[in-house]
Amino acid sequence: MLAYAFRRTLQSFPTVAAVALVVFVLFSVIPGSIATSMSDDGRGAMDAEVVQRMRKELGLDDPVYVRFAKYVGNLAVLDLGTSFRSREPVSQLLAKRMWPTMQLVLAAMGFAIVIGVPLGFVAAMRPGGVIDAVSMVTAVSGLSIAKFWFGLLLMYLFALKLGWFPTFGYGGWWYLVLPAVTLGVSPLALLARTTRAAALEVTNADFVRTARSKGMSEARVVRWHVVRNVAVIVLTTLGLQFGSLMGQAVVVEKLFSWPGIGSLLVDSVFQRDIPAVQGCILLIVLFFLVVNTLVDIACAVIDPRIKYT
Amino acid sequence: MKLGANILIGGALFLVAVLAGVFAPWIAHTDPVMDANLMVAEEPPSREFWFGTDAQGRDIYSRVLYGARISLTVGIFAQLVNTLIGTALGLSAGYWGGWWDDFVTGLTNLLLAIPSLIFALAIMAILGPGLTSLLIALGLTNWSFTCRLARASALSLKSQGYVQASKVLGYGDLRIMLTQLLPNMLGPLIVIGTLGMGGTILAEAALSFLGLGIRPPYPSWGSMLSEARDQITTAPWLSVFPGLAIFLTVLGLNLLGDGLRDILDPQSRSRRL
Amino acid sequence: MTLLAVEDLRIDLTAGGISHAAVDSVSFEIARGETFGLVGESGCGKTITALAVMGLLPQPLAIGGGKVRFDGRAIESLDADEMRRLRGKRLAMIFQEPMTALNPLLPVGRQIAEMFILHEGASWRDAERRAVEMLARVRVSAPERRARDYPHQLSGGMRQRVMIAIALACSPDLLIADEPTTALDVTVQSEMVDLMRDLCVANGTAILMISHDLGLVGSMCRTVGVMYAGRLVEVRSSADVFKSAAHPYTRGLVASLPRLGSRAAIGQQRLQEISGVVPSIADFPPGCRFHPRCDRLTDVCRTVAPGVTALAGNGRVRCHHHG
Repeated sequence: MLAYAFRRTLQSFPTVAAVALVVFVLFSVIPGSIATSMSDDGRGAMDAEVVQRMRKELGLDDPVYVRFAKYVGNLAVLDLGTSFRSREPVSQLLAKRMWPTMQLVLAAMGFAIVIGVPLGFVAAMRPGGVIDAVSMVTAVSGLSIAKFWFGLLLMYLFALKLGWFPTFGYGGWWYLVLPAVTLGVSPLALLARTTRAAALEVTNADFVRTARSKGMSEARVVRWHVVRNVAVIVLTTLGLQFGSLMGQAVVVEKLFSWPGIGSLLVDSVFQRDIPAVQGCILLIVLFFLVVNTLVDIACAVIDPRIKYT
Repeated sequence: MKLGANILIGGALFLVAVLAGVFAPWIAHTDPVMDANLMVAEEPPSREFWFGTDAQGRDIYSRVLYGARISLTVGIFAQLVNTLIGTALGLSAGYWGGWWDDFVTGLTNLLLAIPSLIFALAIMAILGPGLTSLLIALGLTNWSFTCRLARASALSLKSQGYVQASKVLGYGDLRIMLTQLLPNMLGPLIVIGTLGMGGTILAEAALSFLGLGIRPPYPSWGSMLSEARDQITTAPWLSVFPGLAIFLTVLGLNLLGDGLRDILDPQSRSRRL
Repeated sequence: MTLLAVEDLRIDLTAGGISHAAVDSVSFEIARGETFGLVGESGCGKTITALAVMGLLPQPLAIGGGKVRFDGRAIESLDADEMRRLRGKRLAMIFQEPMTALNPLLPVGRQIAEMFILHEGASWRDAERRAVEMLARVRVSAPERRARDYPHQLSGGMRQRVMIAIALACSPDLLIADEPTTALDVTVQSEMVDLMRDLCVANGTAILMISHDLGLVGSMCRTVGVMYAGRLVEVRSSADVFKSAAHPYTRGLVASLPRLGSRAAIGQQRLQEISGVVPSIADFPPGCRFHPRCDRLTDVCRTVAPGVTALAGNGRVRCHHHG
């Protein structure tokens, strides 16, 4: 088991390296002259001298391989550069904003699991029944809705009209509710559907028939055989969910003015704060890879067929 | 949902959206950009302005219709690009194998490691806002599922008898891929394409909402919602209609995709419905 | 002493509001400790007859009439809980595909141990120990190690042994074996058959053996029932079936068995076959269901379904022109 965990972790290193490379290529090489692209924004041409200074600061005049070497070197010591805008080291900026994003993502995922999985299970117990139809329609709707629209509606209804929750900002867990529900809607829908499909597949499987032929009560059949097998399938989906959740979090954070990495990313893009943008992307991807690796390891713990790939 | 219902309802919803976009110039009441009358700014829905007006005094109804043009165009074209890239890469990777396969697989894994919205954001950051950059960003970031599917299909199909026979007959690789392999994977590809289109429409809306896609004054459903957010206390109706349009269109595509999946790709049925 | 008596069993398949009788007028008895074989082509209804006895018929199928008496008690209309109490403890079944019949996520020892927990109130530790004993009884080598293995780590033959271990763990009165060797290599088949016979003889367990392989059934079972298109067309002792089958279908089946030494005896011949195909449930022919393929066809066969005729030696046949 430990060997598998170790191997699996090792497998993600090349991906991390590749992503770092891509980020470098995207931001340091392609734009040609970052400094001039900053002035392309329609905010008026920048002073030639300012442009020169920026180029020097960014080391844009150095040849590519030197820049790349510096980049890698910096990464190794977790130096992500300095933000253009706030003159703070990017790593500090990220550290401040990491916890709010984690809170949001974890809360959203928790919400999705707590409601989505049982919903899918119940729907599968009576396929074709009322609960089944209603929950599946809800699920497909949840997948079709634009998160920021849903968030907007929630904000209007529960914050402005009913005043139960605050509209924007960050504070106690009271502020977390609306953003988490907004972000959690589509994983909830997907989990409900996946759980339902998995439960249906498992309850019709041969080994469940065997369990019944042993004289097991339905409750025991579910406890001893169905739950475990469904969990394996659902866990795999969960892992994939996290990735897109990180992406969606960007929009939700902006909507609710949630001080996380997502809103930092958006703001930095607008302000052409390249180091901050790079830092955000790297962190988000890193987080995603970590979660994926953990989920894979968890799957291997439960499913004995996996260990030896 | 029963078999036919998905396709009918989904298809109908999507068709309405497409028709709204196509016929916008004829069924809209005003020009969505130019006809701005501050005298009627922020009016709630009325007989004259079916969906109300925004802060600039523009008719929301007309803007939603024109928004269909933009949002759907981006969504459809971006998905087409995705499908093309994914199919070309996946099909060739599965068929040829070897280093090309390794390369494509590595590329796909890389793409999967970066959440697609983030990647699109990054590309938009470099290219700047606007329609073309939006198409590029969305087209380049969502092809991984299609690629995986095409590759898996190619792998399983290439050992079929008729493919071997074609090789013996001297068919060139390209011809085999296009005439033997591709038609057999069309079903699942269409399903993924349909469902993916819903995804690209949502992605465009998100990017425009953030201000990185279609910028005001041009009406994209996403950017309209961004404006709506600022007026939420004074003109809440602004938040309803563009979002509703997105919802119904994507819902239509999802239902359509589900329905098509039941027909074209019954093997994956067990995994879902 | 009759253990199982199936009387006039009818099983209905209901789809879209229409019911077809997939199996009807099936009657046979199995005595304590006896081996009874149920033979027929795919789709003749033998598996669902077995599932009906176990009370495991899946949704669109249901018992539509007749009786199933187990140890004197009618069980076809028992409620779910009571039927459940019989399963595993007195009635056991093994299925055709051992790979999918075992939970891939649990070690095989645990899956056997479940039987002792369910029916004998054993503790987990006791149950696991007895599971290892069962594995030894089904002739699995290194049973302690094997008990910790997962199904995908075992060969097909070993998985089927595990299934047998599960089925016989609580010494049931009746073991139903649905095509237990079909998915296995021929070399393993005879081992499996020997194992089942030995264990069941030792325990006094009766066997209902279901197969399409007449040869296998003939060698293992004392009595044979031949099914065709949902009906039992002949029930005889297996010796009589091979010597002088009464029903044309049975005769066809027996004749189609390749025999060692037949070429020397009667010269080279084509393999015998029964022309035509088994009808689907919705298209059962009127009268005798076998009549489109029968070489003794007369007018009465087309319109009148043959009743049961008793034969010497406790046999029965359904044919207008038997013998």
